[in-house]
Amino acid sequence: MKLIKQSGLIIFLAGLTFFIGILFTGSFNLTQTELDTYIQEQGYKSEVIKDELTKAVVTEDNLNIFQFSSRTINAFEASNNHYDALIAKYNKEKNWDKKGQQYQYKISGKPHTLSYTLAKKAGKGLAADNTGLAWFLTFGLGIIGALMFIIPDVVLLGKPGIKNDGIFLSAATNRGWIGWFAFIFLVTFYILLYFKADLIVNWVYLVDPISKSISGNPASQWFLYGFLYCVVMTVMAIRMYIKYRHNKYQVLRTTSVLFFQIVFAFLIPEILVRFNQPWYDFKNAFPLDYDFFFKWNLNELIASGGLGIFILVWGIVLTIVVVPVMVYFFGKRWYCSWVCGCGGLAETLGDPYRQNSSKTLLSWRVERIVIHSVLVFVLVMTAFALYTFFSEESQVLGIKTQTIQDIYGFLIGSIFAGVIGTGFYPIFGNRVWCRFGCPLAAYLGFVQRFKSRFRITTNGGQCISCGNCSTYCEQGIDVRSYAQKGENIVRSSCVGCGICSAVCPRGVLKLENGPEEGRINPTDVLLGNDVDLMNLVNKK
Amino acid sequence: MKHIVIIGNGISGVTAARHIRKNSDNKITIISAETKYFFSRTALMYVYMGHMKFEHTQPYENWFWKKNNIELKQGFVSDVNTDKKELTFKDSSTISYDQLIIATGSKPNKFGWPGQDLEGVMGMYHKQDLEKLEKYAPNNNVCKRAVIVGGGLIGIELAEMLRSRKIPVTFLVRETSFWNGVLPAQESEMINKHIKEHHIDLRLNTNLKEIKSDENGRVKSIIIAETGEEIACNVVGLTAGVTPNIDFLKESGIELGRGVKVNRFLETNIKDIFAIGDCAEQHEAIGQRRNIEAVWYTGRMMGETLAQTICGNKTAYKPGHWFNSAKFLDIEYQTYGWVFSERSKKENEAYFQWQHPTDNKCITISFDKNTNKFLGINTFGIRMRHEIFDKWLTENQPIEHVLEYLADANFDPEFFKLHEAEIIAKFNKENNTNITLKKKSWKRIFAR
Ligand SMILES: Cc1cc2nc3c(=O)[nH]c(=O)nc-3n(C[C@H](O)[C@H](O)[C@H](O)COP(=O)(O)OP(=O)(O)OC[C@H]3O[C@@H](n4cnc5c(N)ncnc54)[C@H](O)[C@@H]3O)c2cc1C
Ligand code: SF4
Ligand code: SF4
Repeated sequence: MKLIKQSGLIIFLAGLTFFIGILFTGSFNLTQTELDTYIQEQGYKSEVIKDELTKAVVTEDNLNIFQFSSRTINAFEASNNHYDALIAKYNKEKNWDKKGQQYQYKISGKPHTLSYTLAKKAGKGLAADNTGLAWFLTFGLGIIGALMFIIPDVVLLGKPGIKNDGIFLSAATNRGWIGWFAFIFLVTFYILLYFKADLIVNWVYLVDPISKSISGNPASQWFLYGFLYCVVMTVMAIRMYIKYRHNKYQVLRTTSVLFFQIVFAFLIPEILVRFNQPWYDFKNAFPLDYDFFFKWNLNELIASGGLGIFILVWGIVLTIVVVPVMVYFFGKRWYCSWVCGCGGLAETLGDPYRQNSSKTLLSWRVERIVIHSVLVFVLVMTAFALYTFFSEESQVLGIKTQTIQDIYGFLIGSIFAGVIGTGFYPIFGNRVWCRFGCPLAAYLGFVQRFKSRFRITTNGGQCISCGNCSTYCEQGIDVRSYAQKGENIVRSSCVGCGICSAVCPRGVLKLENGPEEGRINPTDVLLGNDVDLMNLVNKK
Repeated sequence: MKHIVIIGNGISGVTAARHIRKNSDNKITIISAETKYFFSRTALMYVYMGHMKFEHTQPYENWFWKKNNIELKQGFVSDVNTDKKELTFKDSSTISYDQLIIATGSKPNKFGWPGQDLEGVMGMYHKQDLEKLEKYAPNNNVCKRAVIVGGGLIGIELAEMLRSRKIPVTFLVRETSFWNGVLPAQESEMINKHIKEHHIDLRLNTNLKEIKSDENGRVKSIIIAETGEEIACNVVGLTAGVTPNIDFLKESGIELGRGVKVNRFLETNIKDIFAIGDCAEQHEAIGQRRNIEAVWYTGRMMGETLAQTICGNKTAYKPGHWFNSAKFLDIEYQTYGWVFSERSKKENEAYFQWQHPTDNKCITISFDKNTNKFLGINTFGIRMRHEIFDKWLTENQPIEHVLEYLADANFDPEFFKLHEAEIIAKFNKENNTNITLKKKSWKRIFAR
């Protein structure tokens, strides 16, 4: 068993090495005809881009992706510079007509995105041509290795029960060098994914066949991300099943998030695309789905007929009715720990890191300020977007709606939710985004705190203040500070993962939905002491 | 404004301090020799096992004490001068008090075994014991085998700790079955089995004769009294119970028995001196409780109570219904009311017992066989609601009532398999009764 586990680790690391290594393989160039077709497809009006790109990428040289990327970006830049110079020139000459004409030749788009689209057509080599083999060496070995590493735990971990031995003694889970390595890997991954997609085009090739079989289209980097997400969640869900096999709440919850990720976030949207419908994840509620009310999205939905309108109505009903009503009955856990994709990744990939979340009062203060600021930000932005949509004006109070949307998308949508939100798992615990950033969580939190039947009941006087619950709360809630006072836990940030209840060695905590009355029960003297004293001290 | 000095920063001393602070602005100083900040003794095991870091065992952040104006002082009190109302520390410095609370807890029992002070022999009580264990048993290369002497709650925790680092453990238990002075046989036997499943070499009916030393004064082996067998080992854990940690009071004039003698108001024989927690010994036992109650909850309750007295609302220590809990490796245990083992139960006490055919789950309900009054319950592998049982005990409900409404009392996480129906079926069969299980009702559960 141990041997299988160790071989698994080696195979996994081999897969990971191939996965990283494959980025450096392949050669990228285009023939003149390919380039011409491409330029025509894109409808570039620039008269110099063709020459620039020909110089850059129509070559017999075996360019690697990094050379290809920088050459392409330079070519686009050269073209745009050319017209910028003309604009400046006509500006000086006060030749407004000519100046105005130049703008149509400029090519818009982020440099790495332009380069990505072209690179996707230009690749040759292992990933592009021998995709099956390359997939096996990367994804295949990674999955097999990980499973070989995880599954022997059925035996190695011993009898079912809480298995937290050695968590704070391991470099992987106690912010040791393995944790820091994972941190660097994840952060780099997200930066490449969000900002330098052209550099990971080899990864995208790996999933082209899968994408074609589902949606009919070649893969984009977002398809790659979705597929990887599902794979990682599935593998790590198996780990969850083994680790918490004595706890049915955990088993069901894990199954649920996995189902919603694979079916709702991954398959259904891709299949919609196959039928020429808009890509939509039916469970992704505004304001987590922050661009739902953006003009382009509303236009697209309205333009796509029946289903588009249905999605529009559903999206609004989901946020305004379904979400809060469900939170009233079940607490925000129904979304955060049973349905949500971000939560799903946190509860599977992130589970080994949950103990690293900070429990200090200071971090709670920071959390409240940051998460509520994001909520305000998203609401203001949405107000701008809706105003723009209905009034057709691109500015509100002199601020461009587009600018705000761009800032949000960059700062919150990419940096916070991705780079920090997931990349920092190994350092700040697995719910960095859910705890500090997610505006939907903030909204659900209000409902949970002020109008809900959900609470974590504290079992009378049984707490021994051991601290397991607080340590393993991914949301950084100091559960013990309530439990040791005999007080129920009613906190807006609790995502109802149920781990505090699972790890408590004295059976003190139970997540449950019950009558609202008496849900919050401040106590000073705990159950078990003199009844008169309890009555005297606890009456408030 | 009085100066209240508390010796001991365990749960009892700290609870007293917190409640005194809530109700008064007296000056409060807490003294401890062990650590500056309060930590949860019950969590020590999790630090060695790597479930937590030591800082996680501290229920309050370090700023808490200053913010609440509670002074912390590290030092060992070696003498109490009750006339001058003054304490002397080991380093001869002094501190004076207006009222003194003794909350010095316990220390591990040592029964005069030869070799009991060798290097590598340790109790499992203080933070320093944990550090010693980390030194002598960091892994199974340094510590090839450990022997644990004494089969109680701390002994089994120590065994679990060592097993978490794959260190072979021999567990010497004097009794014929694990903890059967407290547990009924059904449960004690289930735990025996569970201990062995964890690859712990459990030796029942076995006493320690002596601990042998190597040439460097370190543990080399132990000898078993009954058989003379020698077992090589590098660490010996002494976990044969605890006694009050009060040696420093011998000359003080404070009345001592095994612990510091106190009345119901937790007062000692000397005015303005009180004792609470593990180290306090009641002149007369309260109900069926022991005179010395060395558990977390009672320490806390004494702290809650004494704070009232100190703040002018003189209050007797009147604990409610007994409850306790523990965890034996993977098996959780809770108890409400009184369930005594076969060895110590009285003539009128009868059991109703149920055991799961395969899982490690069982219950024992104790009731009065003449009146059917419910006396207490032990549950293993099933969590129960404290409030509900407390209420039933107060209402003097009969066992039939308890069974009928058992679903209300279940406290297992959602979706767990429930066994009430099987339990009641067994009772009906054994007693020719016709009890039907009432469906769980939120209304009843939360009725106050
Ligand atoms: C490993 C372990 C597990 C346990 N698990 C449980 C459990 O699950 N449930 C349960 O109910 N109970 C449990 N207990 C028992 C529980 O921890 C004790 O009953 C409780 O901690 C006693 O609290 P206390 O405040 O009376 O004293 P303590 O916590 O012992 O605190 C006394 C403090 O006073 C200090 N002190 C003593 N003498 C002096 C002096 N002369 N000068 C200065 N300082 C001094 C000591 O160093 C110590 O820090 C466990 C105990 C141990 C050791
Ligand atoms: S309080 Fe408990 S259930 Fe809520 S998030 Fe923390 S660990 Fe999960
Ligand atoms: S894990 Fe349980 S016993 Fe420990 S502090 Fe939390 S509620 Fe209390």
